Amino acid sequence: MSTVAAAGYPRAWRRPPFFRNRTLKWALVTGAVVYLLLALASVEVNWARLSEGWLRAARLFAGFLTPDFVSRWGDIWQGLIESLTMTVTSTVAGILLSVPIALGAARNLAPWWLYGICRGIIALARVFQEIIIAIFFVAMVGFGPFAGFLTLSLSTIGFLAKLLADDIEEADPSQVEAVRATGAGWWQTVDYAIASQVMPRLIGLSAYRFDINFRESAVVGIVGAGGIGATLNTALDRYEFDSAAAILLIIIGIVMLCEYGSGMIRKRIQ
Amino acid sequence: MAVLTDASGSPRGWRLRTGKDSLVRWFGWLALVALTVFCWRVMTADTIWVFVQDAPTQAADIFGRMVPPRWDYANRLWWPLWDTLNIATLGTIIALVLAVPLAFLAARNTTPSVMFVRPVALFIIVASRSINALIWGLLLVAVLGPGVLAGIIAIALRAIGFIGKLLYEAIEEIDERQVEAIKATGASGAQVMAYGIVPQILPALATIAVFRWDINIRESTVLGLVGAGGLGLALEASLNTLAWPQVTVILLMILATVLVSEWVTAKVRRAII
Repeated sequence: MSTVAAAGYPRAWRRPPFFRNRTLKWALVTGAVVYLLLALASVEVNWARLSEGWLRAARLFAGFLTPDFVSRWGDIWQGLIESLTMTVTSTVAGILLSVPIALGAARNLAPWWLYGICRGIIALARVFQEIIIAIFFVAMVGFGPFAGFLTLSLSTIGFLAKLLADDIEEADPSQVEAVRATGAGWWQTVDYAIASQVMPRLIGLSAYRFDINFRESAVVGIVGAGGIGATLNTALDRYEFDSAAAILLIIIGIVMLCEYGSGMIRKRIQ
Repeated sequence: MAVLTDASGSPRGWRLRTGKDSLVRWFGWLALVALTVFCWRVMTADTIWVFVQDAPTQAADIFGRMVPPRWDYANRLWWPLWDTLNIATLGTIIALVLAVPLAFLAARNTTPSVMFVRPVALFIIVASRSINALIWGLLLVAVLGPGVLAGIIAIALRAIGFIGKLLYEAIEEIDERQVEAIKATGASGAQVMAYGIVPQILPALATIAVFRWDINIRESTVLGLVGAGGLGLALEASLNTLAWPQVTVILLMILATVLVSEWVTAKVRRAII
């Protein structure tokens, strides 16, 4: 045995190295360390303000333990109704608009010029976050949930039309060919060959998007586009942490319900 | 269910569904339409339609103000850009440090107690996920005061749930036989973790981290809108002073940042996989 070991066979096992190239490894490590030091050094911390913050953090935490649903219930209810109605209408409008755009953005169904236009619309809808779009819609149509509705509809299109178009492009072409061979027109092909293949995914994605739209509806209120976010913003501006905690708990509760519901729907479909 | 016959039993051509099935579906759609219309009515009750009709004019007006962009303003954006980058990166690192143990507590096969610890870990993950980074930012600015620090913590708090969820699902899907093989060699708990579980989830963890970093870059560009530092702060200031030519420059800067981060993410992912 010892002769074998002497011949240079390793006696102990070692993990294979993560990086094959040692220079690259050290370059990356040094780069990361230098970046971290620079980044940490550039974070300005106002210690006086922070020590004050502990008190507020304690009050916020206490607010979570004793949330106040009652004293601002009128405002909370109003914000909640706005958020929920906004979510429902924008999800429905988003789906209705996404389906034709997705059909146009699928290379196997649409001519190249329509493909270009529809992919362009999708890219445009996906470029900026909801809150930036919301700023512009508020500037255009005024404060209130209608601006939020427009924002969420647009971002639903960016999300749903893209994923649906990708799904249509991946649909089994043999089924399309079979339906076409029966002499079906374009509509009939889409209805019987494509729709039946992508419908489960469309329903699953729609349920998921409903969930996202509710979460986002809580955000667009920060810039004046209606919804529970506006109520939350007001509560925090007044330092009413117990009301803010109540709003956050409601948001968490509804999101959990939505997630559970959309999970159930997706499980039933598959 | 496909049927080939009608009620009398005579073949009348192929139908996709039975009569009862299509009736149920029809009522389902009707209920959905009714709900949508009802929600629409409630939502638009206070909408001032004159403003909405005016929207195309307003849009043209804003666009007219936004061009030409004030290009020299870009020179004052490098520092906010650096802050944005730091918020996303440091936030991701903090989230990773906290989310990894959380994921082990939440995964069914590694949690110390399915009855007590797992539900708590799952609740933390759901709570963190259901609240957007902007709302976390709003809270933290109220608690800690405006600044980059609030942004970093906001990003971290939102990312914990995201990373935790994807990671605990990855842990639950590991190959148990490898764990058993390591155990059979007489390895201790920590050794089983290091040689049986961690190597299996490391690729997933790296992909999740990079994916989340990309999302964090996107979110940190707008966190400043609530006062949490970065490019959003410049955006807020420009919007408040109605300096639309500056807004254009900031939006282009955000766009460029997001595109670069997407490119970096794609590169790193390809290197990992």
